[in-house]
Amino acid sequence: MTIGLVHYLAVAAILFTIGVFGIFVNRKNIIVILMSIELILLAVNINFVAFSAYLHNAIGQIFAMFILTVAAAEAAVGLAILVTFFRNRGDIAVDDASVMKG
Amino acid sequence: MALQAIAFYLLAAVTIAAGFGVVSARNPVHSVLFLILAFFSAAGLFVLMGAEFLAMLLVVVYVGAVAVLFLFVVMMLDVDFTALRQGFARSMPLGAAVAGILAFEMVAVSAVVANRGAAGGSQGPLAATPDAPNAEAIGRVLYTDYVYIFQAAGLVLLVAMIGAIVLTLRHKPGVKRQVIADQVARTPETGMRVVSIKPGEGVQE
Repeated sequence: MTIGLVHYLAVAAILFTIGVFGIFVNRKNIIVILMSIELILLAVNINFVAFSAYLHNAIGQIFAMFILTVAAAEAAVGLAILVTFFRNRGDIAVDDASVMKG
Repeated sequence: MALQAIAFYLLAAVTIAAGFGVVSARNPVHSVLFLILAFFSAAGLFVLMGAEFLAMLLVVVYVGAVAVLFLFVVMMLDVDFTALRQGFARSMPLGAAVAGILAFEMVAVSAVVANRGAAGGSQGPLAATPDAPNAEAIGRVLYTDYVYIFQAAGLVLLVAMIGAIVLTLRHKPGVKRQVIADQVARTPETGMRVVSIKPGEGVQE
């Protein structure tokens, strides 16, 4: 009952799918969409670290670190846009986001 | 080895259950708490794979910063979240079907890749040895071959920070602020006036 690479890849695949599913079903709720994107990035990170560990090569973990950086930046800017949008419109329904020009 | 398997299945089950909680919770605050749980158990999976440094990074950066940022925003915005959930049941069957197919395909591909790919013959994950700990192994590569990309990552964070500040900063009109230059420029002549008051009349402004 050894835990191999395939186990970690399966967990990452299921987590990625849950993220995609979350974007599908919560189309109006942009906060949950942002959290689903975080889940997807976490799944990608699990993939990178699993391959890095089983190929005995540290470069995968470096890439996972850069993904972590970009994900943190993306969350910060996304939430800032969300706060600004809420201030201007009073709610965060993404259906109305097409009027965000200007 | 059996202990490792038990830990893996426990952490994997918690991660996936928490991920499902994120997308299906009614209250977004619960979603954020599930997200924190998912990150925490994923950090446990990283430790199992021997990537201790990234596991701690995940806990510090994600649980400590990003998830708390989400929590702040969710609690700060006064939004009627029940209105945002309409259409959940309608897009549920199609979403579940697409997700099921996607999950099946990805698990099938990963099974093939794990058995026949470059990592197929590998017996176990890269374990940290006393003379080459995980953090040191990362540092040796990060600060030599990837030093420019490391600097670029810092630049990305700087731009994101400035962007977030510029987006959310606003000056309200009518707010009284301290202007230090005006305060320093005051002299006794401009700051004070001597008024001689006749008895019985008081001060008129």
